[in-house]
Amino acid sequence: MAQKTLYNKVWDAHSVAILPTGQTQLFIGLHLVHEVTSPQAFDMLRERGLAVAHPERTFATMDHIVPTTTRGRPFADGQAEEMMRAIERNAREFKINLFDFPSGRQGVVHIIGPELGLTQPGMTIACGDSHTSTHGAFGTLAFGIGTSQVRDVLATQCLAMDALKVRRVQVDGDLRPGVTPKDVALFIINRLGVKGGIGYAYEYAGTTFERMSMEGRMTVCNMSIEGGARAGYVNPDATTFAYLKGREYAPQGPAWDRAVAAWRAVASEPDATYDDVVRFDAADIAPMVTWGVTPAQSVAVGSPLPDPAATPDAGERGSMETAYRYMKLKPGQSLADLRIDVAFIGSCTNGRIEDLRAAASVARGRRVSPGVKAFVVPGSMRVKAQAEEEGLKEVFLAAGFEWREAGCSMCLAMNPDQLVGDQVSASSSNRNFIGRQGSPTGRTLLMSPAMVAAAAVTGRVTDVRTLA
Amino acid sequence: MSKVTSVRGRAVPVRGDDIDTDRIIPARYLKEITFSRMGDYPFYDERFTPDGAPKAHPFNDPRFAGAEVLLGNVNFGCGSSREHAPQALARWGHPAHPGIKAVVAESFAEIFAGNCVMLGVPAATASKADVAALQALAERAPETVFTLDLESLTMSGGGLTVAVAVPESRRRALLEGSWDSTGSLLANRAKVEALAAGLPYLNGFR
Repeated sequence: MAQKTLYNKVWDAHSVAILPTGQTQLFIGLHLVHEVTSPQAFDMLRERGLAVAHPERTFATMDHIVPTTTRGRPFADGQAEEMMRAIERNAREFKINLFDFPSGRQGVVHIIGPELGLTQPGMTIACGDSHTSTHGAFGTLAFGIGTSQVRDVLATQCLAMDALKVRRVQVDGDLRPGVTPKDVALFIINRLGVKGGIGYAYEYAGTTFERMSMEGRMTVCNMSIEGGARAGYVNPDATTFAYLKGREYAPQGPAWDRAVAAWRAVASEPDATYDDVVRFDAADIAPMVTWGVTPAQSVAVGSPLPDPAATPDAGERGSMETAYRYMKLKPGQSLADLRIDVAFIGSCTNGRIEDLRAAASVARGRRVSPGVKAFVVPGSMRVKAQAEEEGLKEVFLAAGFEWREAGCSMCLAMNPDQLVGDQVSASSSNRNFIGRQGSPTGRTLLMSPAMVAAAAVTGRVTDVRTLA
Repeated sequence: MSKVTSVRGRAVPVRGDDIDTDRIIPARYLKEITFSRMGDYPFYDERFTPDGAPKAHPFNDPRFAGAEVLLGNVNFGCGSSREHAPQALARWGHPAHPGIKAVVAESFAEIFAGNCVMLGVPAATASKADVAALQALAERAPETVFTLDLESLTMSGGGLTVAVAVPESRRRALLEGSWDSTGSLLANRAKVEALAAGLPYLNGFR
C-alpha cells in the first residue's frame, strides 16, 4: 500500500470514520454541482426532509445543456429550460452558491472552480461529473460521482468510499516543439489503456509535469478518468501557488502565507512509496490523434493505424474491429490528410485561456478551409472575457471560426452543438465514444487545440509542426 | 432499505469490451429532470435507427425480454459518471418487466460499479473464461434461470456454477441492506463537524 503520498495525507485528513461496511466516511471539502446530475439528488433531499449540510461549501453552475450561440431565456429547448429552472430553484431553496449568467462567472464546472480559486491544494472535491479529476492538478483528491452520491454529499458533506491504490506516472524531459499536455494525456492512456487505471489514483510526477503550466496539468488530470483512474493529481508547487494568488476565493493577507505552508506540506514525501510506478520519456511523445472509439485508440499523427490481427487479446481485438467499422477507417492507413467536417475547440479538457492562445497562434493569418465548420467555445465567461481582451476573438473571427458563449458544447452535445450524420470532427474534447458528439454515426478525432486549429485551416488532419 | 442476498433471473449478454455509459444511455436523454422514464432508453442508439426502426441488439431480442442479469465483458460502464446508465438498466422494460437487478462482467469502470451498488444492484466480476461460459449458456438457452448468490459469491444456472467477486465493503452493504449510504453517513454528524472544525482550509489556515 502507498505511504506518505499526497493521496494518503489528504485521505487521512478527511477520514471521519470507518463505516460498518468497512468503507471510509470521507469529508468532502468542496462540492461542485451542475444542472444535469443534480435535480434528482435535490428531489431525494426533499423526499427525505433533509437540508444541505454545508451550503457554504457547495457551488453550482450550468454548463452541459446551455446553448453557446445565445444567452437568451427561455431557451428554445423546453427540456433545457426546465433543467435551468430546476437548478435555479434548487440553489435558491437550499441556499447554495450559484454562478449563473448574470454573475459573470458561469462556465464549465471544472474550469470555474480553479479560476475562482475555489480549488485549493489538500482539499477533497466531489462533483457529479467524471471529469472532476481535473482539480487534481492542484494537489487535491477529486472524484467524479453519481447522482445518489451527490445526494450523500449534499445531505452530509461526505462520501462512503473505498481507498484507492496509487500509481506514480512519471514523465521526464522537455516536450518536443508542437507537443502539448493533451498529447501527454493521450500518450499515457494509449500506453496504459482505458482500463489500466481501474482501482488507482494517478500521481503525475517528473520534470515534464514540474515544468508544465497549471492549464496543462489540468488537461492531463482531466483525462485520468479516460484511463480508468477515478482521480489523478500533481503535487502542489510554486506554479500552483502562483496560479492561485489573488484569485477570488484564494486566501488573502496573512492567511496566504499560512496557506502556502500548509499546501507545501501535503505534497508526497521524497521517500513516499507507491503501489505501482511507470516511467515515460517526454522525448517519445509526438502530437497524438485518436482514430477509434476509445481515448486509448490513438496514434502519433502520421503513423499507420494498428492492425487488430496483431493484437493477442480477443476482447481488445473486437474493440478495435468495432472501432474500424464505426470510423470507416482501415488498419495500416495514415490519418494525415483525412478530411474533417467540423473543428471544435473547447471543453473542460481544453477550454482554458492557454488552449485558446495555442489554437489562435495557428489560426492567426490563416483561413478555415472551405466546407469546414470551425468554432471556439471558451470554457467560462471569464476565459471568454480574457481572450477578448487579448485579441484572440478577432484572430479567430478573421480566420473564419465562430466565437461562442461558454459551455460544454459539442464535447457531449446535450445542447444544440451536435454533429450531423457521419461527419468527422477534429475535437479538443476528451471522448471519442460512439455517438458522443450528438450523432449516432458521428466520428470524433481527439487531438490538442493546436492540432484542431491546424485541421480547421487545412481541412484535413495535419501535423501542426508542418505549419510553422 | 432491503437486503440484497441474491438475484435470481434470466440473463442477457451484452458482448464487447469498453461499453461506455454514452452507449448505455445517450446524453440527450439526460435532459429529463427525473429518472422515471430512463427505462425506455437503455442502449437506445444501438437498438434503434434514427427513424426509430429496431436494430439487432440483445435488448430487442424477445428471448431476453424480462432478463434480470446483464452479462458484460471488460471495463463495462466506462466514461461518464451518469447514474442515468444504471438507472436505465434497472428500470428497463418497466412496468411489464423487473429491469436489470444485477450485472456480471469481467471488469467494471469504478464509478459505474459504485453507482450500481447505490441502487442496490450488485456489480460482480468473474473470470474471462467464466463470463464467456455464462454468455454462451444464456445465448444457447435463454430460458436458463441464474442465481447470483452474494453469500457464497457464485453465479449458477443450467448446471453451471462459477465464482464471482464483489468488493467486500459493497458486498456487506448489499447483504446488510445499507447500500443507500445516506443514513450511515448522517449517523456520524458530530464527528463530521469535529473534523471540519480542524481542517485548515475551513478555518483561515490557523
